[in-house]
Amino acid sequence: MIKLWFKSGAPWIWLNAAAVSVCLIMVIGVLGLIIGRGVGHFWPGQVSQFTYQDNGQVKTIIGEHIDSSVTPAAMAKSSGFTMADNEETLVQYLVKTGNRDVTGGDFRWLQERNLQQQSTPEQLIVIERREWGNFYGELVAVKENGQIVASGEQAKSVLQTKIAAVLAIHAEINHLEKKQVGAINYSLEQLRLEQKRLQIDNLWNPTEEKRLNDKKTNLDIEYKQYQTQLAKLYQQIRRDSLVAKTQDGVELEISLSKVVRVFQPNAMNVFEKAVHYGVKLFEFLADDPREANTEGGIFPAIFGTVMMVMIMSIIVTPFGVIAAVYLREYAKQGFITRLIRIAVNNLAGVPSIVYGVFGLGFFVYILGGNIDRLFFPESAPAPVFGTPGLLWASITLALMTLPVVIVSTEEGLARIPKAIREGSLALGATKLETLWRTVLPMASPAMMTGLILAVARAAGEVAPLMLVGVVKLAPTLPLDGNYPFLHLDRKFMHLGFHIYDVGFQSPNVEAARPLVYATALLLVLVIVGLNLAAILIRNHLREKYRALEG
Amino acid sequence: MTAQRTSTHTIDMSSVLKSKTTNNDETEACLKVENLNLFYGQKQALHGINMEMPKKKVTAYIGPSGCGKSTLLRCINRMNDLVDNVTIDGNILLDGENIYDKSVNVAALRRRVGMVFQKPNPFPKSIFENVTYGLRIQGINDKRMLEETVENALRGAALWDEVKDRLHDNALGLSGGQQQRLVIARAIAIEPEVLLLDEPASALDPISTLKIEELINELKEKYTIVIVTHNMQQAARVSDYTAFMYMGELIEMGATSQLFTKPVKKQTEDYITGRYG
Repeated sequence: MIKLWFKSGAPWIWLNAAAVSVCLIMVIGVLGLIIGRGVGHFWPGQVSQFTYQDNGQVKTIIGEHIDSSVTPAAMAKSSGFTMADNEETLVQYLVKTGNRDVTGGDFRWLQERNLQQQSTPEQLIVIERREWGNFYGELVAVKENGQIVASGEQAKSVLQTKIAAVLAIHAEINHLEKKQVGAINYSLEQLRLEQKRLQIDNLWNPTEEKRLNDKKTNLDIEYKQYQTQLAKLYQQIRRDSLVAKTQDGVELEISLSKVVRVFQPNAMNVFEKAVHYGVKLFEFLADDPREANTEGGIFPAIFGTVMMVMIMSIIVTPFGVIAAVYLREYAKQGFITRLIRIAVNNLAGVPSIVYGVFGLGFFVYILGGNIDRLFFPESAPAPVFGTPGLLWASITLALMTLPVVIVSTEEGLARIPKAIREGSLALGATKLETLWRTVLPMASPAMMTGLILAVARAAGEVAPLMLVGVVKLAPTLPLDGNYPFLHLDRKFMHLGFHIYDVGFQSPNVEAARPLVYATALLLVLVIVGLNLAAILIRNHLREKYRALEG
Repeated sequence: MTAQRTSTHTIDMSSVLKSKTTNNDETEACLKVENLNLFYGQKQALHGINMEMPKKKVTAYIGPSGCGKSTLLRCINRMNDLVDNVTIDGNILLDGENIYDKSVNVAALRRRVGMVFQKPNPFPKSIFENVTYGLRIQGINDKRMLEETVENALRGAALWDEVKDRLHDNALGLSGGQQQRLVIARAIAIEPEVLLLDEPASALDPISTLKIEELINELKEKYTIVIVTHNMQQAARVSDYTAFMYMGELIEMGATSQLFTKPVKKQTEDYITGRYG
């Protein structure tokens, strides 16, 4: 009976089905985890007020309930808790109490057995700050030039209008500093380099000096204007402050220039929470990071990732295709081509960190160093291309993904029917014309397949990037309004590295953990997006050249 | 060894041709194969072939599978150059010029000697682009000229009426017979002198076959046609001259009517009466 069942082949089908199911469950599990943890991060949680008995003292603790843990009594005892005999487990709550400037930490573990009371009063506020993390407590008053202008219930509405005004000023300052002053600084740096270049080339003479000095003076005047403008704005932004009371009754004055937003989560209804969520999500996608990357947005990282993948694609596709065309169409098939193919395939198996080391040693130090010596002697000793940057990262990843593109292009070329090539040749086309007009377009879906695989691998790669161009915080994007617009020598931020940095290198790992999930989700989405774009192009090409399936 | 074989199988074409017609202009030889040997590596596939193919006539090659008729046909536009390990000696003269001469530009030769393959092989492009392919290769991009050529070529291939409303549709949407006529149109669009047809109807249904055969009859007014076929009735229907090949050797060649009714060689008679093969 069993033997018959085995003979029927059914067990194999079940085995295969089980394998597929396990894969699917794992994929869904991973995605579910990061979606579950990441998506919830921006939803405003309830802020509770706990009455807590700590070493005989009764205290008030304000914070968001983040997590719970249940420890068996024996284990709790061994880690130093005193346990009563009738207690079987120790239940602890992780509470985000914020107020790092006052208490020194963002989180606290509370033992459930010591909790006396828990409530969620509506007047509790959360202040998101530009430094020191969140503040939890109660609003006392709003000050203008050190004078109290509103207090009590009235203070809340006054505060919101003041915050809106301050945020507008903040945006203006930001714009001025980054765009205008940034452009002036860039121009000044260019002038300095030009002067140095002229001196090196022995072309430095009084006329040149005058020309450059005139330009410099103009820029300085412009810079002074912006400086006064900025000083005024800074004065305005520092004028207002708020006074808030912590859980311990300590009153704290916080300058509004340090405040991002103030809200009362316990008083918000679902609709208001949804709006809050949307705003936070937008901030996450579109803003620069704050507080050692643990707060704010990750836009530079998204931008850097996409930029790097695109430049890599632009580099890897022509090289891969040309190599594949040579190997398949022109090279004499034999021992050497076989050797080359084996080498290419093995290249795909080299660990990525090895590429990183190679990229650093060869591209950055040797290539980049020589480029600096030849073309940028004026900026020495500061390196231009002789330091990790976007270009080298892209080239390193292009090298890493080259085998994939070569292999799939070769397969695509091999699939073009001989009849098509002969048809073209019989019409008087040369081999090159046949390749260019018929074979390569028909093989383009295969090239896209290679590119899709390359993008999937490159976008998720972190290890080599750490050596050849990724940084924790890049002050400027690789693409901006200063000529020549695309700055391939700049360092950039990357989602994958951002995850590593926020999750493991930040001073406040606990606070950053949800952000890690959110960033991971975003990285997955970015890769899926890049792949989808490539797949759509490929399907379009396939539709166009569907002769192959015959 | 080769020389011996050659001598036994040489056929005096001039006498054949003269017996067929009296008008010398019509029977002027366009293609002349001289002592052609072809080797695939060590294996010899064609043994000392000598033959002449007259201008604006249809010459058919018949013979059992693997006898070398397609190989011989592919020698005429040097398609065999693409195959690895092929060595060819001997000459093929096109209008008195040896196409295997070192100075010959192969691409230019193929412009003069068009070819249609066994299976229709249109490019995955529009009908229009398929027909203009050869012209564009020559650098002709003038729209009016292209349009004119497309119409003429498609009319010449008896396809115009069927596709004139969808010239910019993908050629792969056509039926097999239409595709084969499209490929013929593509070949005649560059106005070759010779048209080589390698079993052009073998992958088609009877009606499409009939159309192709009618087309061949029309095309021979303008082109010298060489056709390979394994279908003896087809050879009898469409060709003026027939060459019978066997095991890489040319056994007999003559006017079609003569070869099918009064073959000189015993082998030919056996083959056409179906006693072999």
